[in-house]
Amino acid sequence: MMYIVLAVSWAMFSGPTGYMSLAPAAFLGVGIYISAVLCGQNEALLPLPAVILIGALASFILALIVGLVTLRLKGIYFAIFTFGLVVLLSELILWVELNINEISGRYPRYVDIDIILYITFGILVATLLTAYFIRRSRLGLAMQSIGGNEEAAAHMGIDTIRVKVLTFAISAAFMGAIGAITAPRVVYVHAAVAFNVGYSFLPVVMAVLGGMGQFYGPIIGAIVLAFAEVRLKPMYPYFYMLTFGIILIIIIFFLPGGLAGLIPKLQDRLRGPLSKLRKGGEAEQHANT
Amino acid sequence: MPILEGQGVTKYFGGLAAVSNVDFHIDQGEIVGLIGPNGAGKTTLFNLISAALPFKSGELRFKGQKLNGLKPHRICRMGIARTFQETKIFADMPVFQNVLVGASFGTPNRLSQADAAREASQALEFAGLSEMSTVPAKDLTLGYQKRIEVARALATKPELLLLDELMAGLNPTEVSEAMGMVTRIRESGITIFMVEHVMKAIMGICGRIMVLHHGEKIAEGTCQEIAANEKVIEVYLGGEAHARS
Repeated sequence: MMYIVLAVSWAMFSGPTGYMSLAPAAFLGVGIYISAVLCGQNEALLPLPAVILIGALASFILALIVGLVTLRLKGIYFAIFTFGLVVLLSELILWVELNINEISGRYPRYVDIDIILYITFGILVATLLTAYFIRRSRLGLAMQSIGGNEEAAAHMGIDTIRVKVLTFAISAAFMGAIGAITAPRVVYVHAAVAFNVGYSFLPVVMAVLGGMGQFYGPIIGAIVLAFAEVRLKPMYPYFYMLTFGIILIIIIFFLPGGLAGLIPKLQDRLRGPLSKLRKGGEAEQHANT
Repeated sequence: MPILEGQGVTKYFGGLAAVSNVDFHIDQGEIVGLIGPNGAGKTTLFNLISAALPFKSGELRFKGQKLNGLKPHRICRMGIARTFQETKIFADMPVFQNVLVGASFGTPNRLSQADAAREASQALEFAGLSEMSTVPAKDLTLGYQKRIEVARALATKPELLLLDELMAGLNPTEVSEAMGMVTRIRESGITIFMVEHVMKAIMGICGRIMVLHHGEKIAEGTCQEIAANEKVIEVYLGGEAHARS
């Protein structure tokens, strides 16, 4: 479920605008770390829902600031900067913890796994609903046109900076929220683990795998990947990454729309012969009358 | 009062003056042509008006309001729409969505979704694109893509429309269709400022013509005056071309 939230919230912004963000690990990490601090070590400092809201809010605000500074960068520069953000935050927190707080890592309070599950599910539903409505709203149209041609979008009356920063921040909020619920699940939180750069690439891989053209593309990608990780990785630990890499390359080459891109194609395939049959039938009827 | 007015408009690229100290005005309801050799600064002037480029010296006023320092989306909502020389359509979006963007975001007062959709379909119909509204914009020919640009600009309900080489790359039939369309736009009450190299089109529909050369305005007047202006013939129309026409 965490993978779905990551993939969908990533695709919420980067899908239509074409701005490739490698910052998910940063927003996720902010959520994880804030939660590790606020959850308290033994007794609860704050109730869990409040912690999650704060985690989401912190990521939202961070994304607003980062967005204002970086969203004027295009293409690869934006990607690299967002990636740098992950490393920067990770090092910064590590330094603060070691030198000021003199600890290395934190142990968040134990939370019942059922509660974690419910909350994760809640975040998932909120993410899906938001992604769905943004896609269908004015904001979605604005993002799509920015992805199509940013200069033309601005000349059509779209405040491009505002649209980009706002959606970047919304997508970051969900990453922060899912990070905040991850902290009590992983038992031990350390800056290098919380800001694992792998989580920046994961949503990209899942979204590409599933396809970004359709709303359900990133969801499919996340499910497939999560399943593969849980089932196939323990079975073939050495071949797993290798095979996965090859499959990803094949998909990029032959299925630019991702797995989700297959579905309309299959529908066409099925409909093709059917409509031919139908037309044939009609023609026969005409011939008979 | 002129609808658009420029005083001492200047833009440097490095040390080179792309537009140099240009004074001009456009009156309500006119079709004004802007001509000049390549690199004369025509598109740059358009970019300054639509705020695609910032500029420091000079002043632009739209209906008396200063435009300096405004962002492109503000300019658009004030009532100045434009098309681009090299078409900048939203290639992956259907034609209707392309135009809907203009109606949804570019109008002076924000429209409801239903009104925006109605506005977009009217603009499509005006540009003769109704039948292909669901086709992805990239699948259309250049002529139709240019029409999308016009429809998209019209959907923002402008008072002034800047057309940047609308006819470039079109075949003769398409050119005369485009000329007809420009005339109809003017008839609907929209003032037009157009950059064009197709002299037949300029001479056919413009009431007044401005000529830029090396960023400076070298002539201005009616079509006859411009066609007879020796300086213009020398730098732009050319002896040979003039003899042919």
